[in-house]
Amino acid sequence: MSQGFIEATLRGFTAAISKALVSETAASQPGLLQTLDPRVRVLGLFTLVAAVVLSRRISVIAGLFAIAVLMATASRVRVVVLAKRVWLIVLGFSGLIALPAVFVTPGQPIFRMPWLPLAVTAQGLRGATRLVLRAETAATLTTVLALSTPWAHLLKALRSLHLPAEVVTMLAMTHRYVFLLVETAGQMFESRQSRTVGALPGREQRRMAARTAGVLLTKSIELSHQVFLAMRSRGFRGEVPLLQDLRMKAHDYLGLMVLVLIAGVAVWIGR
Amino acid sequence: MHIPDGYLSPSTCATLYAFAAAGWYSALRRIKRVWATRTIPLLSVFAAFSFVIMMFNIPLPGGTSGHPVGIGVAAVVLGPWGSILAISIALAIQALFFGDGGITTLGANCFNMAIIGSLTAWGVYQLVAANSKLGSRRRAAAAAVAGYISINAAALATAFEFGIQPILFRDATGAPLYAPYPLHIAIPAMMIGHLTIAGLAEAAISAGLVSYLQRTDVGLLRGGTSLIPEPLPNVIQAERWAGRLWLATVLLMLLTPLGILAAGTAWGEWSAQELQQGQGSVQISGVSPQQAPPSRVPAGLQKLSTVWTAPFPGYAPRFVKHPALGYLLSAMFVVGLFLLASRLTMSIRKRWRGRELRA
Repeated sequence: MSQGFIEATLRGFTAAISKALVSETAASQPGLLQTLDPRVRVLGLFTLVAAVVLSRRISVIAGLFAIAVLMATASRVRVVVLAKRVWLIVLGFSGLIALPAVFVTPGQPIFRMPWLPLAVTAQGLRGATRLVLRAETAATLTTVLALSTPWAHLLKALRSLHLPAEVVTMLAMTHRYVFLLVETAGQMFESRQSRTVGALPGREQRRMAARTAGVLLTKSIELSHQVFLAMRSRGFRGEVPLLQDLRMKAHDYLGLMVLVLIAGVAVWIGR
Repeated sequence: MHIPDGYLSPSTCATLYAFAAAGWYSALRRIKRVWATRTIPLLSVFAAFSFVIMMFNIPLPGGTSGHPVGIGVAAVVLGPWGSILAISIALAIQALFFGDGGITTLGANCFNMAIIGSLTAWGVYQLVAANSKLGSRRRAAAAAVAGYISINAAALATAFEFGIQPILFRDATGAPLYAPYPLHIAIPAMMIGHLTIAGLAEAAISAGLVSYLQRTDVGLLRGGTSLIPEPLPNVIQAERWAGRLWLATVLLMLLTPLGILAAGTAWGEWSAQELQQGQGSVQISGVSPQQAPPSRVPAGLQKLSTVWTAPFPGYAPRFVKHPALGYLLSAMFVVGLFLLASRLTMSIRKRWRGRELRA
């Protein structure tokens, strides 16, 4: 057996770093959402996600999907990126889950499969379409938010929306150390792979993965102690003061009103 | 197992957010008691570790591989409360930054994986490991069982949440509004993958990591408390003492009327009136018989005694007739005054510090 699991893990690490780089690059582009206050983006897009979940009509959810795509385009988020990062993945996952529902949901048959004792029911088709469309629209909105807002701004916005300062700090620190640990783990796997000749038995591969996780755990504990000492030496006493330099302008209020209005109308029509 | 947006109804999401919030609050309170000021850095780095563990591809028997969630590992090393928080933060980062799992379903995902998963893992680990030695093989086996059962418990909760959707939420034509499969389909569909691939991956990483720690740093298997390498910082000790200090202050305030038991005026604290009436002269003669007491009130003392009239002369406001009550009121007034001054100073300091930070 080849060391396929190392390559698969390394591919996952690379994909995560690449996703983060794409997000940071897109967020720094000038665009529609980027001109709005981060709080407006967070509140507005979360409200739209809630509207997607609350709406029952497929046409309304499709309308929200179109708005999400328009917003993405106006915010310099490329459709290709959305298609690769969201649409195909969600379609693959949700589509696979929803497909059998088309046949197994009891209801009025609208199409019988030739040579198979299966029939597509109207209710099944409607349920499956709604599920996939909802998942696609919500994921598109969340991704547009992530691609148009740098992580630091997103956290500031969450803090303004009264998420506890401790939680915001932990999210910020975790995000920072995820990439450090991903890099460390990647280097460990790469160095191990470069020293390995031939195929390792499955048991040995599992041991190797567990050892790598163990070393990473020990390093994480050491890192957390160092981080704590660094924080203490800068005066950390358990309280987290966060800077709040966000200022709402007239166009931010207007943007928020528009986004909330769209969500409200969608919920009203789609109820 | 990360539920995306759109699979659960708004009411299910809200209920599970409420359950998750109760779990987060309880976990944070308990963990801060143990880790104190180390809570933020420890949880942050562990959340990052949990996140990375979720990306590991674990080779399984039969040539396949699976991703663990790391519930077993986190529960064994951090204890159940630390595990709940670390995994929740990792899930929040996945949802907000990587789009893995929904925003409206974040509460459900945290409830299933972080809360149910961590508590099950910890319970099973304690049950199977019992009182065995930290370095024993039984511990590694207990971690494997804990990892396997916890991931399956989380999957079962997820399947149940999926399965109740078509029962409770349908449109007028009978089409499902959210996840389309009822319980008898959702549960087997979810569990087959977890009882085999995901469960084995979780068991393998949990057992493997515990075995590794048994050889390298067995102390880490004590569950959360061993992560603090030095005594609690002074700040936290001070916070712990604050409660006792308050109690002592109240007790002292209640005891102030004991001052009435002491007869006469303290030596050297005579007022102009007392000197005039001769009480001071009697006390001076009693202590220093060779020294003749002043025949009249000294001019300077007489002059200065009228400059400031105390609002509480003799530790009692004028309107209070009972001396004990007067002592008590005086004590309360002064403690209140000190508290007010301290609050005011803190507030000015905070504002000043904020201005410095902004600059």
